[in-house]
Amino acid sequence: MIVGERKPLEEIFRMVEPFQKICLLGCGTCVTVCLAGGDKEVAETAAAISLYRKKSGKPVEIVTKTLLRQCEYEYVDEYLKDMPEVDAVVSMACGAGVQLLAERLPEKMVLPALNTKFIGYPLEQGVWMENCLACGNCVLDLTGGICPIARCSKSMLNGPCGGSQDGKCEIDKNIDCAWHLIYERLQRLGLQARMDEIQPPKDWSTSHSGGPRKIVREDVRLNG
Amino acid sequence: MAESKLAKVLKAGHFAVTGELGPPKSADLTQVKEHAENMRNHVDAYNITDNQTAIVRTSSIGVGCMLRQMGLDPVVQMTCRDRNRICLQSDLLGAAAMGVRNFLCLQGDHAKFGNEPGAKNVYDLDSMQLISAVRAMRDDGVFIGGEKLDHPLPNIFIGAVANPFADPFEYRPYRLAKKIAAGAEFIQTQCIFDLDRFEKWMEKVRELGLHKKCYIMGGVTPIKSLGAARYMKNNVSGMIVPDHIIDRIKGAKDKKEEGIKIAVETIQRLKEIEGVAGVHIMAIAWEEIVPEIVERAGLYPRPAV
Repeated sequence: MIVGERKPLEEIFRMVEPFQKICLLGCGTCVTVCLAGGDKEVAETAAAISLYRKKSGKPVEIVTKTLLRQCEYEYVDEYLKDMPEVDAVVSMACGAGVQLLAERLPEKMVLPALNTKFIGYPLEQGVWMENCLACGNCVLDLTGGICPIARCSKSMLNGPCGGSQDGKCEIDKNIDCAWHLIYERLQRLGLQARMDEIQPPKDWSTSHSGGPRKIVREDVRLNG
Repeated sequence: MAESKLAKVLKAGHFAVTGELGPPKSADLTQVKEHAENMRNHVDAYNITDNQTAIVRTSSIGVGCMLRQMGLDPVVQMTCRDRNRICLQSDLLGAAAMGVRNFLCLQGDHAKFGNEPGAKNVYDLDSMQLISAVRAMRDDGVFIGGEKLDHPLPNIFIGAVANPFADPFEYRPYRLAKKIAAGAEFIQTQCIFDLDRFEKWMEKVRELGLHKKCYIMGGVTPIKSLGAARYMKNNVSGMIVPDHIIDRIKGAKDKKEEGIKIAVETIQRLKEIEGVAGVHIMAIAWEEIVPEIVERAGLYPRPAV
């Protein structure tokens, strides 16, 4: 899933400072599951903004709603039809949701309440880990299902650097060395000889390095 | 153009000595020049660090070119942290054009450690791919993208690093083998304080026959103070400083003398290990001590090649 984290409240307070009536919009998918931008977090954030504004003598009216998905036109359009008139919309979705809203509301300020962090999964309640960098050309077949692009701090393709010690990454002892994990896993699979093959430079043009990406699939398009 | 002095020394079978120079945080190269002059007769070549620990300094190529003007032999370090393949290949050509003949290809410390922690880490290539790229530019006259160079790179001597103190330990000799397969001709290791572990690593290196396929130079760092020893033990990634070394420094009246003694003893032991072709002395912030260490380790005078 896409993992997000709410921005510091002070930053959100500053963003909404000029507005008297705002709509705080949650998203019911990824950011709900990662406890950053679902119903509960929308309610908490709205309460915090209200309290802050009341205390500072500039009360604000807040409309709240959580859409099933902010990253699809149909869910957003459905809501926007009846959305009350507001000065600004604060999205608690990932960056895709914020941008879709902005596209649909050309005359209105749309603000992000979350920082979109990464693609990953929870290791336990309250702990999420990055697993995928969306490089656009998956190498997990070569590395035993552990991604060196996302999980090695240096995105190395040919084994661990000299900073790997006791299975941990040099940049943080709380981060596993991806190549140590890959080494152990390939050994268990009897495939350690794979690490001897020199992987050529990666073609990063499939990643963001190739420019903003778009997929066009004629086979499923309705209005091709 | 002739090959580098370092290549000549190693190929003639001499036990080689290189010293390390850290460029300054300014464009005033007076001090690094002095350090280089000071070691002129005691080392065969000089490693120039490339923004080591991700701290902005004068470029390794800039200082390397100055050394060429002084008639000295630089080993220009090139990390993958700050430059993409376009820039790395271009810099290689520029440095080679200015007479640099030794390049040491490294991954590079993560920017998090340095004085620009908000920098974008590049890591377009990894160190293995950089080694392969230099070899292809020299031997096949082609860039990574496949286009031909107008003229192949000249007599470049390709270096890489190895860290016997990193993990997984049993994988490390195979990583060295891979670097040799990619094109590495000489290797400089991480600073050696745990000689037992280094010897264990060398045993496996010999078993794989790697010492016959490349020149392995052991890294030696003289410890200047107890604080420096503790710092290396606790703060430098990929390093092992055993307690007995810390205790020796702690117990010594003259800590600097003890640091020199440990370095000299390490070099003497390295000389006895089959497959070790030289030493790389990294006297960080203590460059002026290199001549004394070289002399006391019985490595002076240096061979004329």
